[in-house]
Amino acid sequence: MATELMRVDHLDKYYGDWQALHNINFSIHEGEVIALVGPSGSGKSTLIRTLNGLEPYQKGTITFEGKKVTPDKVSWQKLRQEIGMVFQSYDLFPNLTVMGNILLGPTKVQKRDEGEVKAEAQKLLERFELADQADAYPRQLSGGQKQRIAIIRALVMHPKLMLFDEVTASLDPEMVRGVLNIMQELAKKDHMTMIIVTHELTFAAKVADQVLFLEDGRLRETTSAKQFFTNPQTDRAKEFLASMDY
Amino acid sequence: MAHSGINVLFAGHNFARLMGGLWTSVWIAALSILFGGILGILFGFLRTRSNRLVKLIFRLYLEFFRIVPTVVLLFLVYYILPRQFNVNWPGTWMAVLAFTLWVAAEYSDIVRGALESVPKHQIEAGEALGLNDRQLFWYVSLPQAFQLALPGTINLATRVIKTTSLLMLISVMDVINIGQQIIEANNNEHPTTVFWVYGLIFILYFIVDYPLSWWERRLRKNSKEVK
Amino acid sequence: MSWSVIVQSLPTFEKALWVTIWMSAVGIALAALVGLIVSLAEYFRVPVLRQVLTVYAEVARNTPLLLQLFFLYYAFPVLGWKMSATACGIVGLTFLGGAYMADGFTGGFEGVSKTQIESGKALGMSDWQLARYVVFPQGLALSVPAFAANVIFLIKETSIFSVVAIPELTNTALDLIGLYYRSNEYLLVLVLAYAVILIPVILFLDWLERRVRHGAFGN
Repeated sequence: MATELMRVDHLDKYYGDWQALHNINFSIHEGEVIALVGPSGSGKSTLIRTLNGLEPYQKGTITFEGKKVTPDKVSWQKLRQEIGMVFQSYDLFPNLTVMGNILLGPTKVQKRDEGEVKAEAQKLLERFELADQADAYPRQLSGGQKQRIAIIRALVMHPKLMLFDEVTASLDPEMVRGVLNIMQELAKKDHMTMIIVTHELTFAAKVADQVLFLEDGRLRETTSAKQFFTNPQTDRAKEFLASMDY
Repeated sequence: MAHSGINVLFAGHNFARLMGGLWTSVWIAALSILFGGILGILFGFLRTRSNRLVKLIFRLYLEFFRIVPTVVLLFLVYYILPRQFNVNWPGTWMAVLAFTLWVAAEYSDIVRGALESVPKHQIEAGEALGLNDRQLFWYVSLPQAFQLALPGTINLATRVIKTTSLLMLISVMDVINIGQQIIEANNNEHPTTVFWVYGLIFILYFIVDYPLSWWERRLRKNSKEVK
Repeated sequence: MSWSVIVQSLPTFEKALWVTIWMSAVGIALAALVGLIVSLAEYFRVPVLRQVLTVYAEVARNTPLLLQLFFLYYAFPVLGWKMSATACGIVGLTFLGGAYMADGFTGGFEGVSKTQIESGKALGMSDWQLARYVVFPQGLALSVPAFAANVIFLIKETSIFSVVAIPELTNTALDLIGLYYRSNEYLLVLVLAYAVILIPVILFLDWLERRVRHGAFGN
């Protein structure tokens, strides 16, 4: 069995008086892919943002590589170098070129050698068929291209865990496939550990090892992907799959 | 010594005179905002509708006020009206005229901007309900434009109030002019008078202006959060 | 309207034009510096300093420049602080303009979108790196329109320097009118002189605004 990379125990999150997440428990092992699914408003995005310290939580613990995370600003800043994240809005920095966007984190945050990072970035751009775009500005790119570059921007940091928050939700339908292909390749070829919030259930069924089904801020079901998509345990999950025409 | 200076503020009719001067400044500002506002709405509306020539004329009118400082504007009215047109108004009314023309120019731009920022689909939704042009203007464009124009309107008002400090330059008996008279009458005997008189006027302006700019800022913050 | 009166006054006006230009330039540069300091204190939420500077900005923004100058020129000497009229003008313009500039910069910093800040955070940036690489470049670009409006506003405000007898354009015109009673001619030259300064400045700022917006955001 692979080693455990991250675990979440009894996590509660509140917005004021309103409880957004109730007693969340799960763990992810190296090389594993977890799909986080559920109806909109169920707390999926809140949960994945919590895992990167973008949302504070009030109770419970997050453990990364066997060490309990101290929920303060500086610890999260360090940890975020190990945990990459890609968002729904393709937010490349508009004032930098594609290469500038990719180099920023490794050279300024990790203080790595620019030449070495550049060579690596070039390889990744070639691998994902974006080599021509290295000197382009974000405004010259399509949404799908921007999102693929946002993924590369996170990858050059050498993260141990990647978080994807609805990365295809604002893309035009014809752009979705290219982005999903990269994620699938990362999962299957690179054995990247990933947590994916998505509405693309076919895709989730293809890449995920484990599914977390979230509703009303509660984890209703934590099962293997195979089981979830063929034989869901709860009625809620069955209704959800039916409503998504799956 | 510091004591004697502050006492001058309350000696005789001094305080009442200063308040009278403040009142002059306030009503000049209020009338200018009122007249200029009405003209500005009219001009702004015309600028969204009219043909290119009318637009150009209004644009030049606006650019003139963008370039000429308000001090210079006051002197233009102050010297040109009596000498060229034989109009011998008191300084107060000349100030109202100069400020009105200035406010109309700036306000027309605020109104035009607000009318043009009412989303197109709002107008189309109104059209789809069968509203005619006049109804569209009164029920759809105007209420929404009013919201959009409100912070700019308040901002302009605060600037008009501050600009009333220039009234003394064309010999209007405003609060600063009266303050200077009090200083001249008392400063030999009580050298700190100048400090207290200007200090009081300073605070008076702040008291009038600060609530308005606080309101403006709150409106802007709210509209940012809605977005 | 007499042509020769105008021509004869031109050398005097030229001198005054340079006074207006250099005092505007120095005052605006210092105001931008003060504005940047105030907005940085606000951005980094520096305790105490931030509150002190907020009070300063509110006072400066909500009182007329004319009174600020009277205070500097007539009231401060009573306390033993004496400055030349020129120094008062520069200090006054900096005092007033600093508050306006601070507002513009702060507006720009606050205009940077939340998703941009989060994607910076997701790269593990510290507060300082976030400011240096994400918020400042984009926020300063966003504040260019406010900066441009402030520059124009402050140049025009120098006309108020005439009340402390600084020989800038407006003061010079009023002096000439007082001496020779030719108000039409001198007022015409005065208006044209402001146009000579402001039209190139306005055109330059428009160009700058377009360029910076394109450079930073591509639209």
